[in-house]
Amino acid sequence: MENLQTAPMIALNAIAKRYPGPSRDSAAVEALSNIDLTIAEGEIFGIIGKSGAGKSTLIRCINLLERPSAGQVIVAGRDLTALSDAELRAARREIGMIFQHFNLLANRTVFANVALPLELAGIPRAEIAARVDPLLELVGLAAQRDRYPSQLSGGQKQRVGIARALASRPKVLLCDEATSALDPETTRSILALLRDINQRLKLTIVVITHEMQVIKDLCDRVAVLDHGRIVESGRVFEVFTAPTQPMTKTLIADVIGHELPEGLLERLAQPHLQKGGQVVRLFFTGASADAPLMSALTRQFGLDVNILHGQIDEIQGEPFGSLLVLLEGDVANRQGALTWLDQQGIRTEVVNVA
Amino acid sequence: MSPELLSLLWDSFIETLVMVGLSGGIATLIGIPLGLLLAVTAPGHILARPAFNKILGLVVNAVRSTPFIILMVAIIPFTRLITGTSIGTAAAVVPLAIAAIPFVGRLVEGALREVDGGLIEAAQAMGATPMQIITKVLVPESLPGILNGLTIMLVSLIGFSAMAGAVGGGGLGDLGIRYGYQRFMPEVMGMVVLVLIVFVQLVQSCGDWLSRRLNHR
Ligand SMILES: Nc1ncnc2c1ncn2[C@@H]1O[C@H](COP(=O)(O)OP(=O)(O)O)[C@@H](O)[C@H]1O
Ligand SMILES: [Mg+2]
Repeated sequence: MENLQTAPMIALNAIAKRYPGPSRDSAAVEALSNIDLTIAEGEIFGIIGKSGAGKSTLIRCINLLERPSAGQVIVAGRDLTALSDAELRAARREIGMIFQHFNLLANRTVFANVALPLELAGIPRAEIAARVDPLLELVGLAAQRDRYPSQLSGGQKQRVGIARALASRPKVLLCDEATSALDPETTRSILALLRDINQRLKLTIVVITHEMQVIKDLCDRVAVLDHGRIVESGRVFEVFTAPTQPMTKTLIADVIGHELPEGLLERLAQPHLQKGGQVVRLFFTGASADAPLMSALTRQFGLDVNILHGQIDEIQGEPFGSLLVLLEGDVANRQGALTWLDQQGIRTEVVNVA
Repeated sequence: MSPELLSLLWDSFIETLVMVGLSGGIATLIGIPLGLLLAVTAPGHILARPAFNKILGLVVNAVRSTPFIILMVAIIPFTRLITGTSIGTAAAVVPLAIAAIPFVGRLVEGALREVDGGLIEAAQAMGATPMQIITKVLVPESLPGILNGLTIMLVSLIGFSAMAGAVGGGGLGDLGIRYGYQRFMPEVMGMVVLVLIVFVQLVQSCGDWLSRRLNHR
């Protein structure tokens, strides 16, 4: 957030994108509406949403592969929507892009694939070799230099994609579902590589994904896209620990498995509910994670605390936990306890048991 | 078989080779750009010109749907204009090439359509011009498919050249008709068919081998 004081690397101002409907008289598809977004230099920014939310359309608007129906796209201080074709082509050399299905040329070797953007820019052969080999080193593919893409694993293909995207020394790297075709372990290694590149080259990275895990492991800030609108955005830690929108909560539930199977929850809680009990979920962040809360609830409010389920996780090095508890006691004490927890900085959520 | 007949067979083979080689060469030179034009001007492609594409497609289809025998006769004035004659091997090259051009065009267009749209998009994201997309992405990536198309074209030309031969173009077809059929020499007919089979096999095998070598998919 601090570096947002300086001019942003990417600014999307009131972007909208309409597609003509599938048939002549069907309504237009409103793929994006009123998108405002600023991304700082050196930041890793994530955009998450379900399939069809408009993620690909949005990231493709950043290099104008998709021209927005309205709004401005400003990258490195220039309004791309105002450029001529030739100027736009030059501007695109400052924006690298990697893809879900890698999009490597099958009839070019690893080396020649990475060399392609440099050939397109008219850089002399000798200089191309001098620039491509260190890039292959950087992504760990020096030994695969003369292989063809069909001889590589998915993770290696994406590494070629990354090296190719970096060849023209861009300021921005766009990643369209870059790990969605990869297994979890390969995904982790690609994310580690992206983080490494971000640190080393001070590259601004925009990541779109439908997987919260990718956002959690990689991004500084996140925007949640739903039906072509940004419904929530902020620092990843804050969005994860205090989501306000139902869509965000659904997406987060995939990663932070604080859901007890419903049948089990019912079985555990039901006998106590008649006797004045209530199921509450407590969220801990940072320092609050180690306070002795349970004993305080028992001592100060005379409640019986029954822990049903709990877990702890880490987001960008900060601990974050959730605890599902059954509180038994009279209504006034339970209410008092919730208020007290709130004062301690512990977010609570009352869970309805069917 | 007598030495005279053998030498006749050899001469006819060379005539066929010349007809197929020349018309195939011309059809390749014109057909590949035609196929490129058909592909890249299609709606939604890198140089979309829907109206132009439609007209070009209609012309190509018109030539393709004209039976070869009719085409050959219909363009006699044009053939005479170019070669100065309407009979003989050289004169046969003109209708053969004209029949093969749209054929190659469609085969090349088909090969180019096989190129994944994601590759074009990746090149656009790198700042490639439409010309660079054609020369650096579309053609190299579809080269094995284009070669398969050219092989099919050559094999078809061998067949068509036999037909052209029958109407004064010379070549193996001519030999087969004149000796094998009209003079009733079945051994000549047999030799002609054998040579044609071996020739077609050879072209097909070379084409397949080259296409496979260039394909790294
Ligand atoms: N070229 C297109 N023509 C028409 N509709 C499109 C086109 N591209 C995307 N859409 C529509 O826009 C919406 C968003 O698509 P997309 O950006 O691909 O979503 P996501 O990447 O989040 O899955 C979808 O409803 C999709 O059908
Ligand atoms: Mg998508």
